[in-house]
Amino acid sequence: MAETEGVRRRDFINIAAVSAAGIAGVGVVIPLVSQMSASADVLAASSTEIDISAIQPGQAIKAVFRKQPVFVRNLTPKEIEEANAVDTASLRDPQTLAERTKEGKENWLITMGVCTHLGCVPLGAGEGEIKGEFGGYFCPCHGSAYDTAARIRKGPAPKNLEVPEYAFTTDTVVQIG
Amino acid sequence: MARILSILVGLFFTVALAWSFGLGFYTWATDPAAPTAEHEFHLLPKEVAFASDGAFGKFDKQQLQRGFQVYKEVCSACHSLNHVAFRDLAQLGYSEGQVKAIAAGFQVPGVDPTTGEANLRPGLPTDYFPKPFANDVAARAANNNAVPPDLSLMTKARHEGPAYVYSLLTGFQAQPAQLLKEFPDSKTPNGLHYNPYFANLNLAMAPPLTGDGQVEYGPGNPKPTVDQMSKDVAAFLIWTAEPSLDKRKQTGLAVTLFLLFATVLGYMAYRNIWAGKKH
Amino acid sequence: MSFPWANEYKPSHPFMQWMDDRLPLPRLVFNSVGAGYPVPRNLNYFWNFGFLAALCLIVQIVTGIVMAMHYAANTAVAFDTIEMTVRDVNWGWMMRYAHANGASMFFIVIYVHIFRGFYYGSYKAPREMVWLLGVVIFLLMMATAFMGYVLPWGQMSFWGAKVITGLFGAIPFVGEPLQQWLLGGFAPDNAALNRFFSLHYLLPFVIVGVVILHIWALHIPGSSNPTGVEVKAESDTVPFYPYYVAKDGWFIGVFAIVFSLMLFYFPNSLGHPDNYIPANPMSTPAHIVPEWYFWPFYAILRAFTQDFFFIPAKLMGVLAMFGAILVWFFLPWLDKSPVRSGSYRPLYKKFFWFGLIPAMAVLFYCGGAAAAEPYVMISQLAALYYFAHFLIVLPIVSAIEKPLPLPYSITESVLGTDEAAQLAPSATV
Repeated sequence: MAETEGVRRRDFINIAAVSAAGIAGVGVVIPLVSQMSASADVLAASSTEIDISAIQPGQAIKAVFRKQPVFVRNLTPKEIEEANAVDTASLRDPQTLAERTKEGKENWLITMGVCTHLGCVPLGAGEGEIKGEFGGYFCPCHGSAYDTAARIRKGPAPKNLEVPEYAFTTDTVVQIG
Repeated sequence: MARILSILVGLFFTVALAWSFGLGFYTWATDPAAPTAEHEFHLLPKEVAFASDGAFGKFDKQQLQRGFQVYKEVCSACHSLNHVAFRDLAQLGYSEGQVKAIAAGFQVPGVDPTTGEANLRPGLPTDYFPKPFANDVAARAANNNAVPPDLSLMTKARHEGPAYVYSLLTGFQAQPAQLLKEFPDSKTPNGLHYNPYFANLNLAMAPPLTGDGQVEYGPGNPKPTVDQMSKDVAAFLIWTAEPSLDKRKQTGLAVTLFLLFATVLGYMAYRNIWAGKKH
Repeated sequence: MSFPWANEYKPSHPFMQWMDDRLPLPRLVFNSVGAGYPVPRNLNYFWNFGFLAALCLIVQIVTGIVMAMHYAANTAVAFDTIEMTVRDVNWGWMMRYAHANGASMFFIVIYVHIFRGFYYGSYKAPREMVWLLGVVIFLLMMATAFMGYVLPWGQMSFWGAKVITGLFGAIPFVGEPLQQWLLGGFAPDNAALNRFFSLHYLLPFVIVGVVILHIWALHIPGSSNPTGVEVKAESDTVPFYPYYVAKDGWFIGVFAIVFSLMLFYFPNSLGHPDNYIPANPMSTPAHIVPEWYFWPFYAILRAFTQDFFFIPAKLMGVLAMFGAILVWFFLPWLDKSPVRSGSYRPLYKKFFWFGLIPAMAVLFYCGGAAAAEPYVMISQLAALYYFAHFLIVLPIVSAIEKPLPLPYSITESVLGTDEAAQLAPSATV
């Protein structure tokens, strides 16, 4: 009886020692994995302020947010009308224009300039670029077409262009992120 | 044969060394190197304690803020802080708004969005501290032919860095009469300043902290004497050189304690396994 | 290759059997660091340092790969990328300090490992190849460490690169072109930094390769031991697993504690403050020294201050510095003593403890000190003994020394008696 207890105690210590080594191994892996995630300087640069005072109705600009393009578009009343005329039930990713803009600022359409298909930059924000058959944006890589609310209407993209988190700090300045 | 060869090679090296030693010894004995003023009068840094010293030491954030104030109001006129961004100041206990305000108080190089010309704009938290001089040539021209070194890593870039910074700032003095008596040629040149804590005794920097109250500390802080300001800015430079110091020591404590525990377990397991096996 | 009583690998699971028939990797592990490798039972703690050295190599490779993920080998930004790593990358400060101090730990371990070899005669037949490969590893380590120290592009990095490549300039006729070829220019710059980075990343994997050969060569005769008496019977050995796995395992803990104290509490104590100043090709630091692990050889380099007949002092220094390590290659043939272990060699033991060790300590100290008297003279005497020890003392001592009586076997030395010894009382060595 005493014999087996001694054996058990010894086994327990051996198992505990091996477990401690295992914990140490996990402890080493954590920093090795986490060193690859975004560093402090990258995270710190992840908010952008944009002055929108110079954008006339019908125009758009490309800004940079997290090293990716952001489209800031000042919609004309006609474009807003077109967007609102669409039956959301028919959309692949049903959303109204109002849901994609801030209240009282429905003419300011702010979206990421990153096609939701495979990440190309759609055309339509720059002067003279084609806007596709729905008057919004057109991605030349695989032919996704977005409407004036930047919703996906045709082509392989699964989602509407993403609306980043943003807020109007003043009437003419938008902070993204 | 191999033995004879090896002894010959051995003799080659040892005789060459003996030759070098002999001549060196002769020169040393007959013509010892003359003492120099740097050798005789250079002082090691003073003893000074900081909150961050020792295994359990932690930054005193209030002191770091004071030190930052000294840097901003005095040192930053000539010394850059290249590796520190305004956002880092949040670690000194400033709020996001305060960091923004501090950053905006500095003019950093920018680009005019309409003309594309270089201009200056108010800093953002993501900006780094601006350099006081555009380049080394400008720095030299403005500072009596000496480039004021970057301060971000200063406390790591000198032996006993924090004490060195403190000693240097409080160590300006008139050249001792004894020095001039022993080394008449070593009079501090014009435009330089005598300081026994500097390696060659004379440095281009004029005493930057000259009088008590040169920087105004807010209420609840110690009196801004030259000594206190020097200590505070040295503490701030410990932080700029190693912002992760607190985290390093905390991690170290946890890791070391765990390792001690694991090692004791490992030792017991080792004794178990070898039990009854004489070795 | 192994002793007849070694445990045989017997795969129990059908999958392991399947694997064993196709790629017998588990068998290899079993036979090299498992229960299939019989090891002398009397190894002391100095024998742990081989295992620790392998661990150090792994630590350096892993932390080094991490550092390379954040580093850019360009003189304009190299210094800044290291600072960014330390300041902004998650755990970057720890990775950097672990890599820098890990190099120091590696050298501490390897010096103990080497001097254990000196004392216990581990280089002697039939283990000459183990020893030669070990010296190759040491040379590769030195090259790797030197190039790694250049990468942060601080003041010591730059001037270290300049001074060490300057050594090659001492070689007659081809020196200067060789130095330019090494640097890819007249002074260390982008070309040098880039190739050093490339080679610093490559060489550790070359070291891994030579380490595998080193261990392979070791497994042919099996491990040596403190008595220097070869293994005779099963009672002399224990299987590596679990015995030495447990012993090496818990000793890793001791090593890790020392390492973590260095890393977390004295991370800069073995480095030089000047390397926190960005490289400046226009201004040399007052006191250039390499990293501490090069100090003995740096002291030997500086000890030659006078031209020797037609050989310039500079060339003499370079010859001696490389010679100081190359002489280790000849050790198995310089020391012809039939007895392996220093414990049974009274005269050799004295020269080891009162000659080689103090000389080495003095060289360590002087290599880090300023190039001024009296340090130069002291290092000259120490260097003189260093060369005399290997090239003159060792061959003579091994010829004239009368060794102490050896135990019949490892078992006898451990237990005080060995039944086999009674059966064969006339056996020697």
